[in-house]
Amino acid sequence: MTATLRHAVWVLRGNKVTAAAFAGAFLLCVIAALAPWIVPYDPIASNVVNALQPPSSQHWAGTDQLGRDVFSRLVMAARLDLAIAASAVTLSFAAGAVIGSICGYAGGRLDAAVGRFVDVLMAFPLFVLAMAMVAALGNRIENIVIATAIINLPFYIRFARAEVNVRRNAGWVEAARACGDSHLSVILRFLLPNILPAMAVQISLNLGWAIINAAGLSFIGLGVKPPTPEWGIMVAEGARFISTGKWWLVAFPGLALMSAVLCFNLLGDGLRDILDPRMRT
Amino acid sequence: MSALSGTAKRAAARLLSSLPALLGVLVFTFLLMRVLPGDPAVFFASGPNAGKEEIEEIRRQMGLDKPIPEQLVRYLADIGKGNLGRSLTTGQPVLNDLRQRLPASLELTLSALLLALLAAIPLGIVAALRPGSMVDHAVRFFCSLGVCVPTFVSGLLLIYVFYYLLGIAPDPTGRVDVFTTLPPVVTGFLLVDFALAGDWEGWTAAARQLVLPAFTMALFVVAPLARITRASMLATLGSDFIRTARALGLPRLQIIVAYALRNALLPVLTIAGIVFSTMLGANVLVEKVFSWPGVASYALDALLASDYAPVQGFVLLMASIFVIVNLTVDILYGIADPRVSVA
Repeated sequence: MTATLRHAVWVLRGNKVTAAAFAGAFLLCVIAALAPWIVPYDPIASNVVNALQPPSSQHWAGTDQLGRDVFSRLVMAARLDLAIAASAVTLSFAAGAVIGSICGYAGGRLDAAVGRFVDVLMAFPLFVLAMAMVAALGNRIENIVIATAIINLPFYIRFARAEVNVRRNAGWVEAARACGDSHLSVILRFLLPNILPAMAVQISLNLGWAIINAAGLSFIGLGVKPPTPEWGIMVAEGARFISTGKWWLVAFPGLALMSAVLCFNLLGDGLRDILDPRMRT
Repeated sequence: MSALSGTAKRAAARLLSSLPALLGVLVFTFLLMRVLPGDPAVFFASGPNAGKEEIEEIRRQMGLDKPIPEQLVRYLADIGKGNLGRSLTTGQPVLNDLRQRLPASLELTLSALLLALLAAIPLGIVAALRPGSMVDHAVRFFCSLGVCVPTFVSGLLLIYVFYYLLGIAPDPTGRVDVFTTLPPVVTGFLLVDFALAGDWEGWTAAARQLVLPAFTMALFVVAPLARITRASMLATLGSDFIRTARALGLPRLQIIVAYALRNALLPVLTIAGIVFSTMLGANVLVEKVFSWPGVASYALDALLASDYAPVQGFVLLMASIFVIVNLTVDILYGIADPRVSVA
């Protein structure tokens, strides 16, 4: 453990980008956690007199068409967006790891069938499926989480499957079986913990994708409803004013989305470097 | 000849093995659409105060009173007959609507893919030639950034810069402005139709409308294409036959393009196929931002109006395009690397 930690510190010291990504992701989580206490204004209080003001010292990111402070809304939205992405990724990770490990462990027909199904599903326009799911299940935040989790599922199944498959005949797996462990116990107690570090990379890379997807869904009017502050919906509302030059309504939520996704993507790359230096591309 | 039949055989095998999953997607969408809120029979009824009996009658006519499995079988049979149902919002058969709008989406997606490939392959090659150099880092930086900007944000920002600030882009609504007379429909691709009609003024107008949305979409997919080109070129450049070619003193350009690139293109092709599918999904957002009259925005409007026939039709269309794209990739595979079809 200390060796891993030392290696992590060594990697971070040598790689400024990864260190910055760690710091950024940490900062983002802190902002999300403390959002209600650090916003300068009430994110949903409208003040029509003060509508559509460009960024100023009072309103760092300007105000929107109802005079709401964009900066406060951005900060509050971080909470919701990260929560959606994190719960979606947790759900698909849990389900995907179990299904994938079972397939990778069992092999044979089941494995081939699931593998083929997942391959096709991955190449299908997943965003469209997510759209249909949210529309059908009802326009609620929980359903954005479920839809995002389901379209992420194939990636986890495939990943867990491949990782378990290379380990299923390892010495320690055979040893566990020889000791009388049931198949289920071998998967849950030995194989799953063993592939966890590799899955962590996948989770981090996936968080960014989940954020983009969730924001995209609310951009087209599915899921989150106004006046809830959420990055996708803020962009959608700002879109009406872009051709009259009110850039801050789109640029700042866009910037927030971009930096969140960038942080998690770089974090994933960095984690991969720490866990497995050979896989660096 | 044997190489050709090998490719065909492989393509057919892949097609067959992907059918169950495609059918699964269709059935899944069908079931999803059945739980959509709203009763289509009420839409079809004569007016807001249509009697309960009338609505029941329409439900019976539409087969909505039958159990779900029977409806599903009917639906699949209808697909076989080429009947995709009727849209409630446009009142047209879904097949007609899709046929009318598909060229717009395809024109946009294909030009975006072309743009992306034109940018990504040279970028990937340049990065692979000097791994670890400034150029390599710059490409990597650009790629990391590109995947982080959602299309709906980059599209809007492009509109802000090129339409509002610089004033060089046309009004971002639709495929042509209202003053341009449309060419006779031959392919449905405006650029092709204008060219066939010899109307170069119209062609320029259409191209100007197309540039921003295509660029928006290309921006999003350059990254995976450039990354895979770089990785694959790196692997190829390190192989023995490249060393031999270098030792023989062949011209550098010939080594890179004729020997390395050709061998490095296979993974790029695979990713390009996947990217194309992703783009069809991402079309929803880009078409919405630019008011592009394509199939994705059509499906989205239908979805928000609880109009399920167009959504099902759209998913079916996506599935068919997916099959065609995969077949194309398989065939291109055989052309790019004849060894694949022999194996």
